[in-house]
Amino acid sequence: MPKQDSIKKVLVIGSGAIVIGQAAEFDYSGTQACTALREEGIHVVLVNNNPATIMTDNTTADKVYFEPLTADSLASIIEKERPDGLLATVGGQTGLNLAMELTDQGILSKYNVRLLGTEIESIKQAEDRDAFRSLMNKLQEPVPESDIIYTVDQALHFASSVGYPVIVRPAYTLGGFGGGIAETKEALMDLVTQGLSASPIKQCLVEKSIAGYKEVEYEVMRDASGTCITICNMENLDPVGIHTGDSIVVAPSQTLHDKEYHMLRTASIKIIEALGIVGGCNIQFALHPKTSEYFLIEVNPRVSRSSALASKATGYPIARLAAKLAIGYNLFELKNPVTGTTFASFEPALDYVTVKIPRWPFDQFPQANRTLGTQMKATGEVMAIERNMEAAFQKAIRSLDIKLDGFLMPSLALCSNEELEHLLVAADDRRLFVLFELFSRGASLKELHVKTGISPYFLSVLKKLVTIKQELKEFTWTEITKDRLQWAKKHGFSDQDLSALWRVPASLIRSQRKKWGLIPSYRMVDTCAAEFEAKTNYFYSTWNGTSDARSSKEKKVAVIGSGPIRIGQGIEFDYCCVHSVMALQKLGYEAVMINNNPETVSTDYEVADALYFEPLTTEDILNVLDFEGIDQVIVQFGGQTSINVAASLEEAGITILGSSSDVLDQMEDRDRFYSFLESIQLPVIPGYTANQPAEIWQAVATIGFPLLLRPSYVIGGSGMIKLQNEQELDDYLASAVIEYPVLVDRFIEGKEVEADILSDGKNAWISAVFEHIEGTGVHSGDSISITPPLNLPAKMLDHVCQVSRHIAKKLDFKGLFNVQFVCQKDSLYVIEINPRASRTAPISSKVTDVPLVQHATALMLGKTFDELNILAGFNGQRTFTVKAPVFSHVKLPNLSPALSPVMTSTGEVIASHSDPAIALHQALVGASQQLADLWTKDGSVFVEASSLPHIDEKAWKAHGFTVYSSHTLPFDKWMEQKNKKAYINLYPDGEAAHAKKAAIHRLHAWTRLETVEAFLGTLGQPTLTQKGVLT
Amino acid sequence: MKGNLSLSNGQSFSGSWKGSLKDVQGEIVFYTGMTGYEEVLTDPSYHGQIIVFSYPLMGQYGIQTAHLESTKIQVAGIVTAEVYDGELEKGISLADFAFQQGVPLMTGVDTRSLIQVIREDGTMQAVMSLEGKPLPAWEPIKTFLVPSVTASSIETVGNGSLHIGLIDFGYKKSILQALLDRGCKVTIFPYTTSTADLDSYGIDALLFSNGPGDPFSLESFAPVYRDWAERYPSLGICLGHQLLALAFGAETTKLPFGHRGANHPVRNAKTGRVSMSSQNHSYVVELTDLPKTLGILYQNVNDLSIEGLYHHQLPIMTVQFHPEASPGPAEHHEVFETFFSLIQTEKKVSLNA
Repeated sequence: MPKQDSIKKVLVIGSGAIVIGQAAEFDYSGTQACTALREEGIHVVLVNNNPATIMTDNTTADKVYFEPLTADSLASIIEKERPDGLLATVGGQTGLNLAMELTDQGILSKYNVRLLGTEIESIKQAEDRDAFRSLMNKLQEPVPESDIIYTVDQALHFASSVGYPVIVRPAYTLGGFGGGIAETKEALMDLVTQGLSASPIKQCLVEKSIAGYKEVEYEVMRDASGTCITICNMENLDPVGIHTGDSIVVAPSQTLHDKEYHMLRTASIKIIEALGIVGGCNIQFALHPKTSEYFLIEVNPRVSRSSALASKATGYPIARLAAKLAIGYNLFELKNPVTGTTFASFEPALDYVTVKIPRWPFDQFPQANRTLGTQMKATGEVMAIERNMEAAFQKAIRSLDIKLDGFLMPSLALCSNEELEHLLVAADDRRLFVLFELFSRGASLKELHVKTGISPYFLSVLKKLVTIKQELKEFTWTEITKDRLQWAKKHGFSDQDLSALWRVPASLIRSQRKKWGLIPSYRMVDTCAAEFEAKTNYFYSTWNGTSDARSSKEKKVAVIGSGPIRIGQGIEFDYCCVHSVMALQKLGYEAVMINNNPETVSTDYEVADALYFEPLTTEDILNVLDFEGIDQVIVQFGGQTSINVAASLEEAGITILGSSSDVLDQMEDRDRFYSFLESIQLPVIPGYTANQPAEIWQAVATIGFPLLLRPSYVIGGSGMIKLQNEQELDDYLASAVIEYPVLVDRFIEGKEVEADILSDGKNAWISAVFEHIEGTGVHSGDSISITPPLNLPAKMLDHVCQVSRHIAKKLDFKGLFNVQFVCQKDSLYVIEINPRASRTAPISSKVTDVPLVQHATALMLGKTFDELNILAGFNGQRTFTVKAPVFSHVKLPNLSPALSPVMTSTGEVIASHSDPAIALHQALVGASQQLADLWTKDGSVFVEASSLPHIDEKAWKAHGFTVYSSHTLPFDKWMEQKNKKAYINLYPDGEAAHAKKAAIHRLHAWTRLETVEAFLGTLGQPTLTQKGVLT
Repeated sequence: MKGNLSLSNGQSFSGSWKGSLKDVQGEIVFYTGMTGYEEVLTDPSYHGQIIVFSYPLMGQYGIQTAHLESTKIQVAGIVTAEVYDGELEKGISLADFAFQQGVPLMTGVDTRSLIQVIREDGTMQAVMSLEGKPLPAWEPIKTFLVPSVTASSIETVGNGSLHIGLIDFGYKKSILQALLDRGCKVTIFPYTTSTADLDSYGIDALLFSNGPGDPFSLESFAPVYRDWAERYPSLGICLGHQLLALAFGAETTKLPFGHRGANHPVRNAKTGRVSMSSQNHSYVVELTDLPKTLGILYQNVNDLSIEGLYHHQLPIMTVQFHPEASPGPAEHHEVFETFFSLIQTEKKVSLNA
């Protein structure tokens, strides 16, 4: 069937804020879908309240609604926009759930909106465990013995009939939240209780555990005429038992022989055909390593994290083509965009291997429970491409950006064998490194295989790396020959790692290596293993063979990406990198993107003129620059990751556009930064740099308490702590491992304000100014904020702008920078200057209609302020915009939800309105989608006794809440009640046990009075269905 | 040990030598599937060719006898980027297998560049030799290879009610298995079997198998095969398809570098449906001047070449691809079902006649 011309306007649902289990991959899929639809002349209306996305740019969609992703708000939008079709399969589970709600409520039929792509019955059949099971039984596709349960007793009954271990999977949750494996009756009772509360329909699947089977996934596509293709299969290194989002995954599968590969492929096609999927679909299998017996684990009838990975691993743009299929096209009618000559109805053939490793937040959250299971905990992931498995692993590890040269973790080297063996079985995020460590201690492959169930193939790869490293260590630098070095490089060893082995500087290895002509070659990801000619400039490096041809113009600039999504360095930097690429292209440059995050838009090969999927270390970047012949790079948009390589790139002769690395250092080095502020006559918060504990005490003697202690060069405030008194400092010094130097500053109580500023070194343009709702002591990423400021005196706002301009004039810097201020009464302190794009850059750009990153890029390349004509685009910022943070506490047990200088949120939403109260309401509703619904005029709030005097009990009661406090009801008793909404403790201790428990049960957990009052203020606000809200 | 791969166009590639220590010469071809090396190496259609695997990692799952398509390695030499030599869950290692079978294997070769050369210049003769040895004289590409792989005598296996004659040009074991799995009795005939012998077995239908080389090298058998096909319902696979096409007056030609892989899209001309097929061929039936008696059953989506034919009057169908898969996508088993229904219809017709 060709394209259906009756579809002229389509509503696309995005996935909302980034949370664990639903992240940047949906910006990629959504952006691809919007682009694909607009190519067909379709008017695209998008609903997504996540501002840090490319899909919510007005260049991606025709109309964007930053509204909460609720059925109510979608109904209002549908009523207003009257779209012909709804595309819900690119917005993750959020999109699917909303499509089901809108169908069930009759909204789609009322307004005659067609659900595009897969029919709702098929979605329900795949999503509803019962319906799915009966379909699989009909198809004779094996599913593990399981039962749908609604009570703990039913679960126990099931377990007693099939035996333990038993897997618990709550229905309709993101990233397998609330599930797990229970080995015992007690564990099962806990898990089922948690799972039932997590499931919106209070339903769980209990399943006989097939832990230890190989976990294999297939990405399948089907068009309406029934043509089915598998884009890619993927094999998890970790056997069944660890969520695939937390597993190391390789594509294509390695240990499946042809009969197994095609047995599962045939099953995939049978299933997608029976479900009648139109578009993309992900199917997960468990395969017995010896008998080839298999079970179906799960089907996701939509594009997913895995389809983003498969798209990047193969070059086949699944989401883009799925959108075309949704409007009627057949696969054979569409060209394969990579070759341009062959058709989309084929299956990619790879001539390389890809390795994905998840990026977990436990380096920033050492207190959180890091054990891995069926519940996903990773915030992001990296992918590496190479022509051998060993090198691919090493590249992927380098891409993680975890301060590790090579693969032997110093912290694990200190562990006893017993500790390591424990970590092998009770796997956490370090298991890969535990395997390396045990191999280096001489563990046998067989032993590790028996303990972990990991296939001998993967263990051989890891063991081989350890063996090669030991062999290389036997040599001294003078004994290194070209052949030996080549051997090391072929297996992925970095110059940095080798430099530690041979005790010579990495730069020496690099120069000798180049003298020997040992440089990587760059190969193309072409979907067809070179069988056909392809012209996509999507490259990876390898240390064998020659390079594929790359034709390019002369003027080129490289943009250094931000790597995997982590807390404090999220999708916003990917947004910035993409915009910088667009700006370069507009300015007539060829833009070269270097990044390693498979989830994002920046690694869509259609974005930049050339994409290099590489780790972001100095060596990997320099190799690309050498190959491309590039000597100018942009580091302002890749967050701290790109800033961190600025100095070493500059040392190698590369020009850092916008400023020298020295200026970057000046802003990041506390002492230099304070001297800078003093030199330009700005007040400085009293503080010192301490190189040892004694110096901390010396500093305390001058500045007193409260104080703020933090390491230099951090992402997301990691390691930052506010200390109230001597006792707290004593305790902290006794308990924490501190990496010196640390910065010791007086803690100033006050209001935080931040601004993004464009500068050409003389002129400045101050974009949106954000006022933080919570006062100092809360990381800017975790605070609710509003722009333009609402409660900031005009005089203070002037002062903020004046100081910002002053800084711009005094700083030898071109581009975009961010300043964080503290206002205390009449004084204004600059607490931070980030000489790079900040988290707020996408929001500032969207609320002002001034594309900050694009202008910044132009300024770096020598355009003048006048040429930019910024005011022409500026909308005068006539509405208020509220940004609210979104947390993933439900996925990270034992992480304290108490707001602090350490950022813990994973995402954010915005809402805009001319009435700031409505903007706040919409933002907080949007940010609370995964939490107890506060806006139902009932339920209970629990306040710790010490906080009670600050809480306006009357107001809460007036809105229908029952207020409990520890005076009247023990916390644990409250937790047993139904309809709980929020927990308040304004003085949490370090443990914050109650707050943690409340958060894991999807309750609001507030630790700042400003947060409490902000939420309270939204109760009784007009709801979104009322007229006038959607304007 | 180092080895050289020399191409007849003058280019050469180096690598490490594993497997048997003997120099070989053969036509160099490449396979793009990511699994299936066990099946490819032992598929008689590759007889005498030097095979290059585009997927750089080989041997990860070892070799299991049950997966082999014939009793031995059929290719003359194996060229790979890397061969896995670590521990296996089951089976023996690929390198050991090659060594035992006396077949040379080169690893560490820049296979992507090599494939780009073959893509540009077409398949050609190549020599695998230990480093430093002088090149032998170039031989022409061998086109008449069926005698080396056909059965030496007539043999019957299985005991089903439907009796299929498998004309052996170098059949893959999985074709035989596909018939046995469907309850057939199968008699395997050397391709040189006389018509009298063939007729004496009381067979219900014929399957013309796959095999190596140029179909034109068997041109002299065309009238015989045509006679057979006119009297028995017939299915042709790969070389068998080309031979039946030749027998009914079509022409064949050689593609520059053939189709060898597991991802070739073919479109069923009757249903319009596109599906993936397993392929291994250099020669194709020419689209132009196709005799009027033949119709197109399948067509390649990318280069529009003929992937399957049917006869307008007779119960004959042919496919260029491999419905038995092994290696590759297993979604064309319906070809066998269609063929069986052709046979059943034919039986009814003759009963009613």
